[in-house]
Amino acid sequence: MRKKNKDLESSAQINQIKPSTNILFNVIFLVLGLTCIFPLLFVFSISITSEEALRSGGYQIIPAELSAAAYQFLWNERAMIFRAVFMSIVVTVIGTVITIALVTTMGYVVSRRSFKLKGIYTWIIFIPMIFNGGMLSSYVVVNNILGLRDTIWALIFPLACSSFSVTICRTFFRTTVPDAIVESAKIDGAGQLRIWAQIVLPISKPVMATIGMFAAFGYWNDWFQASMYLDDKRLQTLQSLLNNVQKGIEYMANNPYGGLSMQEYKAAMPTESVRMAIAIVIIVPIALTYPFFQKYFISGLTIGSVKE
Amino acid sequence: MKTDKMLHGKGKGPRKRWTRDDTELFLLSLPTLLWYAIFAYLPMFGIIIAFKVYKLQPGGHGFIYNLLHSDWAGFSNFSFFFSSNAFTMLLKNTVLYNIAFIIISATVAVGGALMLSNMRNKGASKVYQTMMFLPYFMSWVVIAYFVYAILTPERGYLNGILKSFGVDPIMWFQEAKYWPFILVLLNTWKGMGYGMVLYLASITGIDQSMYEAAVMDGATKWQQTVHITLPSIKPVFIMMLILDCGKIFNSDFGLFYQVTGGIPRSLYTTVSTFDTFIYQAIRTPGTPIGRTAAASFFQAICSCTTILIANWVVRKIDNENSLI
Repeated sequence: MRKKNKDLESSAQINQIKPSTNILFNVIFLVLGLTCIFPLLFVFSISITSEEALRSGGYQIIPAELSAAAYQFLWNERAMIFRAVFMSIVVTVIGTVITIALVTTMGYVVSRRSFKLKGIYTWIIFIPMIFNGGMLSSYVVVNNILGLRDTIWALIFPLACSSFSVTICRTFFRTTVPDAIVESAKIDGAGQLRIWAQIVLPISKPVMATIGMFAAFGYWNDWFQASMYLDDKRLQTLQSLLNNVQKGIEYMANNPYGGLSMQEYKAAMPTESVRMAIAIVIIVPIALTYPFFQKYFISGLTIGSVKE
Repeated sequence: MKTDKMLHGKGKGPRKRWTRDDTELFLLSLPTLLWYAIFAYLPMFGIIIAFKVYKLQPGGHGFIYNLLHSDWAGFSNFSFFFSSNAFTMLLKNTVLYNIAFIIISATVAVGGALMLSNMRNKGASKVYQTMMFLPYFMSWVVIAYFVYAILTPERGYLNGILKSFGVDPIMWFQEAKYWPFILVLLNTWKGMGYGMVLYLASITGIDQSMYEAAVMDGATKWQQTVHITLPSIKPVFIMMLILDCGKIFNSDFGLFYQVTGGIPRSLYTTVSTFDTFIYQAIRTPGTPIGRTAAASFFQAICSCTTILIANWVVRKIDNENSLI
């Protein structure tokens, strides 16, 4: 009896890897996973270590001496930090909304088989996937021709649309909004704009979530546009703040906000831990949210890889 | 594109009249069309800069006016770029790094996905996936901080370990020989979660009855992998490969520029790529814009050519999986 049960069990598991292999796989992925978490914990631990301990003992995983000085400093500098947080949020929100609008409308239009310009549109969307004018040309367009330097639009517009997202959207609408639905709505007298607002928008939430997530993380993480187009320190986002701090902690000392003299300021600043604390301010929102949005990324990736 | 032609006969058929429908769809797409015109197509005309000696014209006109009234340079901007010392170095670095990235990332992604799909404890597998996805969501600026914390000579983690073993500390940011490995490692590390999850998604989509049939025939796990799983993920693999080939003359700017701390002198010839070169040229006042444009244009042309060649090769071997 016992033996029979065992046989059944093993036949159900016959197509599984050996338990020893399974343990090996677990160990490998645990190690890989930890290498992904470790730097974050390490940076956090530096940010809560006192400056003296950092000076004498170097960076340690376990703080030799705890200190909230870095966060205290950031709090005192909250005018600058909050401004950067605010700019990051503004750019991310406006950018994401614009991206969703541009991508979903175009995605819907090219998903309509009856559209007369469909052939041309397909090419318009396809060509930028294989050819672009290069970094310099984009710079010239944004900087010299449009004159967007030192505006938040320079951070928003260049990233606002991509052929990749449009393709994801098109595939989505092809399958979820069949021509039959549109045809029947037309018989009822609705125009394309009304169909768009009343039929397409309500059912396109999943694809909007996917496009929106890609866009939001893209904008939140962007430092490149800022480094190209922003000189005005009041407009800088968290990423560009971090980028500037990386270039030299003196940057902050050269821009004292609190009415201190340069000397006082430099002396008061826990430089090493402050750098790491700013990094933590950027990472925490991402680290807390990405596990929930991960599935949208994956669905986007898999939709995008469907070829027609 | 092919299917549409087949559906509509010889591609022409009876000509449909322009309807109100078309007008409305056109209006709906107009904002995006404008975006494409300005941010995707207008830069393409930027190639003209590469053939000009850009000079400010008297009268305070705009950029386009100045450009159109500047003298033609023929190919002199290109010949300057090709004959400069930087050119071969940039070409070699960009292409070799990319080849290493493509091979290693693809191997890790496919291998990892195969392992994850075979794991018995699915819950743990989900946790590992989430952990490994984290670096994908971090910008290179943030990762540059991680690298700094680990590698900085005086206080860095790695030198601390070396010191405790009695080994002399290494000036990581000045020793060029370590950087190819560091960059490949970081690139793999950042992309592995994404790659594994991408392939895992296509592995989960495989029809399970194929495996059941294989088990009936007594196929081992390894045989199932080789004869069912790998062939099933081939389309995705090839598509990723073509796209990667298209990027072979581009580089992940943040990786090369931020992580190295803005490319110190000692690392210049080891970690410079076309993108860092062009970026530095843009940021250096007084660099003739035509020469930068030549470098930029050369890069764009190469990318376009490689993606078309990769697609052509795939189409010759296996028509179904080609991109275009």
